[in-house]
Amino acid sequence: MKSEQQYIELYQQAREMIFSHAPESMNVVRDQAFEDFKAQGFPSKKVERYKYIDMQKLFEPDYGVNLNRLQIPVDPYEAFHCDVPNLSTSLYFVVNDMFYHDDKSKGHLPEGVIIGSMRDYPELVSKYYTKLAKTGEDAVTALNTMLAQDGLLVYVPKKVQVDRAIQVINILKATPKNAQRVVPDLMVNRRVLIVVEQGAEIKMLFCDHAADDRNFLATQVIEAYVGENASLDLYCMEETHHKNVRVSNVYIDQQANSRVNHNVITLHNGITRNKLDLTFSGEGAECQCYGCVIADKQQHVDNNTLIVHKVPHCNSQELYKYVLDEKATGAFAGRVLVEHGAQKTTSQMTNQNLTATKEARMYTQPMLEIYADDVKCAHGSTVGQLNDAALFYMRQRGISLKEAKVLLQNAFINEVIDKMQLEPLRDRLHYLVEKRFRGELNKCSGCKLCK
Amino acid sequence: MLEVKNLHAKIGDKEILKGIDLVINDGETHAIMGPNGSGKSTLSAVLVGNPLYEVTEGEAFFNGKNLLEMKPEDRAHEGLFLSFQYPVEIPGVSMTNFMKAAINEKRKYQGLEPVNAAEFLKLQREKRKIVELDSKLANRSVNEGFSGGEKKRNEIFQMAMLEPKLSILDETDSGLDVDAMRIVAEGVNKLQTPETSCIVITHYDRLLEMIKPQFVHVLYKGRIVKTGGPELAVQIQEHGYDWIKEEIGEE
Repeated sequence: MKSEQQYIELYQQAREMIFSHAPESMNVVRDQAFEDFKAQGFPSKKVERYKYIDMQKLFEPDYGVNLNRLQIPVDPYEAFHCDVPNLSTSLYFVVNDMFYHDDKSKGHLPEGVIIGSMRDYPELVSKYYTKLAKTGEDAVTALNTMLAQDGLLVYVPKKVQVDRAIQVINILKATPKNAQRVVPDLMVNRRVLIVVEQGAEIKMLFCDHAADDRNFLATQVIEAYVGENASLDLYCMEETHHKNVRVSNVYIDQQANSRVNHNVITLHNGITRNKLDLTFSGEGAECQCYGCVIADKQQHVDNNTLIVHKVPHCNSQELYKYVLDEKATGAFAGRVLVEHGAQKTTSQMTNQNLTATKEARMYTQPMLEIYADDVKCAHGSTVGQLNDAALFYMRQRGISLKEAKVLLQNAFINEVIDKMQLEPLRDRLHYLVEKRFRGELNKCSGCKLCK
Repeated sequence: MLEVKNLHAKIGDKEILKGIDLVINDGETHAIMGPNGSGKSTLSAVLVGNPLYEVTEGEAFFNGKNLLEMKPEDRAHEGLFLSFQYPVEIPGVSMTNFMKAAINEKRKYQGLEPVNAAEFLKLQREKRKIVELDSKLANRSVNEGFSGGEKKRNEIFQMAMLEPKLSILDETDSGLDVDAMRIVAEGVNKLQTPETSCIVITHYDRLLEMIKPQFVHVLYKGRIVKTGGPELAVQIQEHGYDWIKEEIGEE
């Protein structure tokens, strides 16, 4: 049996149940998503953008899906001790794939700004939902659309600036407190819709954590509309454990003169796939996409980006850095597509990688496709080892080999972290990354495994 | 301080040191001269434990301890310091962090608590003066973007911070202008005590006029072929090495 079969059967059997526990705005596209999923199946490694990850295998195990929307009783404030504290952020929780309603003060949000469950805002959802994340083009997006029953809506109306960063903690939890029976491994389907209207600004930080030692499979689709002259910072940090699989598809559409900062940080994980599709639809827009990956053991991290310059005068910058230790594998495939007529495009894509052992593997594939004749684009990638001369120089000064490695690895990854605009996060990341390199951050600090 | 007996070493398959004997006592300064490719830098590299070189024969004792059995970092902790001929640039690691790590590891080795931040900054400020090093360099990455002179002065600054017992200066004078050379030499002299020793590897007697060695050795083809007082350096400066080669029976 191919691995998509179980999801097809699940949908056929449980369609009524899925519909009855989801809002109409999400249901209207569900059958189409199912048809699209059935037609595509999971991509094999022969599909260009899935060359470095075996999707069929990731979706093969039998996971439970909480279609009945049973509440897993959890106090996120208790279950989760944030690793990015004192950020003075407005804090929100998504438990598995459900928006967590609570009465705790969220600090003052400017008028008209919405951060809430997609269930409560049918009009906005109908207007934007699945317009960027087209179910006919990606099987995981189709699967997510077919199964997602709730989601997070972020809406910033025209010319409104949200100064305080919004932090969303994604908590994975399968086992209720004092559970008597064995609970199955859990699949969750997270959905996020971000609408930043003309001239508006917001900074979002998503932190992924696992609060349980079960096997998790999390799919995630984020759609972000960034209006004219608007600004969006989108930080995604993953700190889960080795039994976690994360498949994330991010879609961003940028209108004229808009700015996007997108950062993906993989501190600790199991298997992670992050896909980014970003399109410049209006002139004068710019984006900075940064990624940093620290992986060891058998961890796998695959970042796949596509930036489409549809119109002239846009600027895209990408920098992804990986440090791979032990038997970790990493992949980066980035493609910048400059369409016909997109003159005066500037674009820079860089992927740099350190492999600390002979067993660590890095696959890198930077791609440029240009159909305009007046552009400035560059792309490049490097894979290397720690500098032996530098290591010896440090040892001669009395710095132990282990410490010298930590210093060099830190220096390597800091180039990405220093570019991050969200200052408290940047400071915190310096600390977390150093801890990670020292082997003191072996698991997600919120989960059972580390207690 | 240091006792080297019949030391042989190779890099790859190429034997470079072919039996070095050298004894250095507390408070002494020794100069090592010799034509290019004679093994001077190899000798310093082997003494500090550079993993590129393999010792095939002989022994070396440092204050009674078997040097060749120790890791490079432990040799440093015991008080051995090398001023590199080509200091390595380490992008992304600030001079301050680098120095703090070095000092604290040494203190750990000695069973001491890490140095506190204020003390460290004060120490750094004092030592920097010895070699007239710009304080701006402290915030920069190790040796990155330093001029040739700054790199060499930075080596002596590190020597001042770490207070080694035996310092090896590997062509610290190469690439320096006369003023920088004076600063470096004065720095080294200030750090000399009756308990510390120094090996100066150089091609020129100018540095030796300022750092006055008691002994001058000539290294040739992996052996010390001649040893004398400071006057030997002057003779080499005037006449080159040919007369020494003749003395040992070579054309």
